[in-house]
Amino acid sequence: MTAGASTESGLTVDGVSLSYDRRLLLDRVQLSVQPAEVLCLLGPSGSGKSSLLQVIAGLLPPDSGAVRWDGADLAGVPPHRRGIGLVFQDALLFPHLDVASNVGYGLRFTDLTPTRQRARVADLLELVDLAGYEQRRVATLSGGEAQRVALARALAPRPRLLLLDEPFGALDRELRDRLAVDVRALLHRLGTPAIHVTHDLAEAELVGDRITRLADVMGDPAQSV
Amino acid sequence: MDHSARPLTGSRGPLPAGSRGPLPGWLLGLVPAVFLGLFFLWPLGTILSRGLGGSGLELLSRPEMWRVVRFTFGQALLSTALTLTLALPGAFVLNRYAFRGRRLILALVTVPFVLPTVVVGLAFRALLPESWIGTLGAIVLAHAFFNYAVVVRVVGGLWAHLDPGYEQAARTLGASPWQAFRTVTWPLLRPAVAAATSLVFLFTFTSFGVVLVLGGPGTTTLEVEIYRRTAQLLDLSGAAVLAVLQLVCLGLVLLVSARLQARAAVAQSLRPDATETLVRPQRTGQRVLLGSTLAVLGVLLATPLGALVVASVRVRDGFGLAWWRALGSIDAGTTRSSAPLDSLRVSLQYAAATALISVVIGGLAACAVAYSVRGGRLLDAAVTLPLGTSAVTVGFGMLLTFGRPPLDLRGSWIIVPIAHSLVATPLVLRSVLPVLRSIDPRLRQVAATLGAPPLRAWSTVDLPHLARALGVGAGFACAVSLGEFGATAFLARSDTPTLPVQIVRLLSRPGETPYGAAMALATLLMAVTAVVVLAVSRFDQGRLR
Repeated sequence: MTAGASTESGLTVDGVSLSYDRRLLLDRVQLSVQPAEVLCLLGPSGSGKSSLLQVIAGLLPPDSGAVRWDGADLAGVPPHRRGIGLVFQDALLFPHLDVASNVGYGLRFTDLTPTRQRARVADLLELVDLAGYEQRRVATLSGGEAQRVALARALAPRPRLLLLDEPFGALDRELRDRLAVDVRALLHRLGTPAIHVTHDLAEAELVGDRITRLADVMGDPAQSV
Repeated sequence: MDHSARPLTGSRGPLPAGSRGPLPGWLLGLVPAVFLGLFFLWPLGTILSRGLGGSGLELLSRPEMWRVVRFTFGQALLSTALTLTLALPGAFVLNRYAFRGRRLILALVTVPFVLPTVVVGLAFRALLPESWIGTLGAIVLAHAFFNYAVVVRVVGGLWAHLDPGYEQAARTLGASPWQAFRTVTWPLLRPAVAAATSLVFLFTFTSFGVVLVLGGPGTTTLEVEIYRRTAQLLDLSGAAVLAVLQLVCLGLVLLVSARLQARAAVAQSLRPDATETLVRPQRTGQRVLLGSTLAVLGVLLATPLGALVVASVRVRDGFGLAWWRALGSIDAGTTRSSAPLDSLRVSLQYAAATALISVVIGGLAACAVAYSVRGGRLLDAAVTLPLGTSAVTVGFGMLLTFGRPPLDLRGSWIIVPIAHSLVATPLVLRSVLPVLRSIDPRLRQVAATLGAPPLRAWSTVDLPHLARALGVGAGFACAVSLGEFGATAFLARSDTPTLPVQIVRLLSRPGETPYGAAMALATLLMAVTAVVVLAVSRFDQGRLR
């Protein structure tokens, strides 16, 4: 299965295992994401979905296995150099910053001039339907608004891969469906590949190009995706 | 401090009349208000009129007075800076790294803070070489030792609950570990850092026992100077002027710290479970940080106390119990009729009286604050006021006020426990109020519908919940009373000194026997305080289960 390493493109997760508190959370996970593809990963809560995303983002080191991008092993590459964005379930907007500074946070570490940064923040806010929200304090946002700001923040530094960790988990059904459709359209417009993690099949069907159950990509190494 | 102290009543809509409490708040608040007015505000007024009207005002034109003011601010600034530098890594390591013995160390770290200031002073006398005594360095080091726990508790308390997701979000957006700390973690911690800084500055600004024991002629703070003028120079007018000056400075400090804290405030969601945020230190950098922090902790916190115990058993030709035996002999005492050990009985008696007074006053105040519609916050603030004033000012004011008619308490021992109660009552209030507010008022309504008259309903429904909190408050009051020195130095009768007063007196006498006896007595005081605090914390933990 490593034979095609040189021709791999996009993300490959190859036999990643992780245990926590003596419990095996991830068991030889095998999956890949093609360029511009949105993969939906289904699994009940507590099944290790979030941990897998943290491993891919570089926030957790796996016990064994590898995460590769275009065939190159990412082990040892710290999260801030991976170019992989992550949208958390509870938005986690920085409470001490306003909306514009939250969206522009990742641009601080690029070589964009302040003027270009401001322009990019405005573009992104427009993209997520929140034009003019720059000066708003994050505490005044509704759940749906906060999640859209989090999405804009993650997209701002132009990640080569976006990870979405149950981004609508805390929202009600109607809002969740609307956002799911929006996110799908947005990702396709930008051509950003993504892994969208959810426990909700209906949501997965709205967002994903491809749907996989976490249980199906674990365990037997022969059963590659 | 009390995140849980939010009243539960608000969310349940309007309550029927009388359901807040069995008695109206103002009636319950009457006794604490009279107590405060009589024993705190009146003495404060005496100081003001004496200080502003008297002949001592010319003191302010003397340059050496301003040297004292400058030194008071300067040593407080330096002490605060050193405490933060040493304790911030401790706050992080002890609250975010999972390692064996973490809980035990976290508990041990608080030990110095509950120790009497006189014991801390003696511990550093025992530890540092003779040439250090009377220097700024000795004072600043002792202050860092004393206040380490404040930073670990206040900043670490927030750090333990800070969602690690914020930092992770920053990392996935391209921030290096240091950039993530600087742009996200630090701003989120700033409210706690501001609070801890204010507290440490306040404590070191009004520090008395430590500076009296470790300071010297050139290293005198306002507090010590007030005491020196009163006790040695008998210049009451001059002391009153300095006390007013001290109050003005304190007011300024409080104003600045309130500003600082308001500016730093951030509304954020916190993790309720602090153990969720723990990580096992695996990388080399993490291990080095853990190791070096624990090493600093060990040296800073353990060696002074060890040195104190050793000094109490070190005699000329090795080790022995000569100093301990001297505690029981009248020849070694500082009064004609009593041995040093007799002050243990005095201290215990005062501690019991303090516990009784502050539980009654603090308990009534807590009920008044909880049950009153308006005025509750005012009483809460008023009760807390003596804690923010210096103990020296409290003691000095009481000395000026109750040393003459209409209320002459000079000959009465009760004046000392009363002064101690002023400091201890806010602690009882803080211990009882959250519990009182967490009791569902509808339980009392149930009791009423079952036929219980209001007071019976209260004593059968609310009081059982309060018993433990009152016990914890009483324990704190005992600990405060045992170690209190600032006010006691002014008020204790010369023939019945408390333990801290006796220790300082022994220290000021020439010869090696009084010095050794002082070390032994300080060790004893440390042990008694430790027993009380341990008992309280065991009791308190039982409450949480």
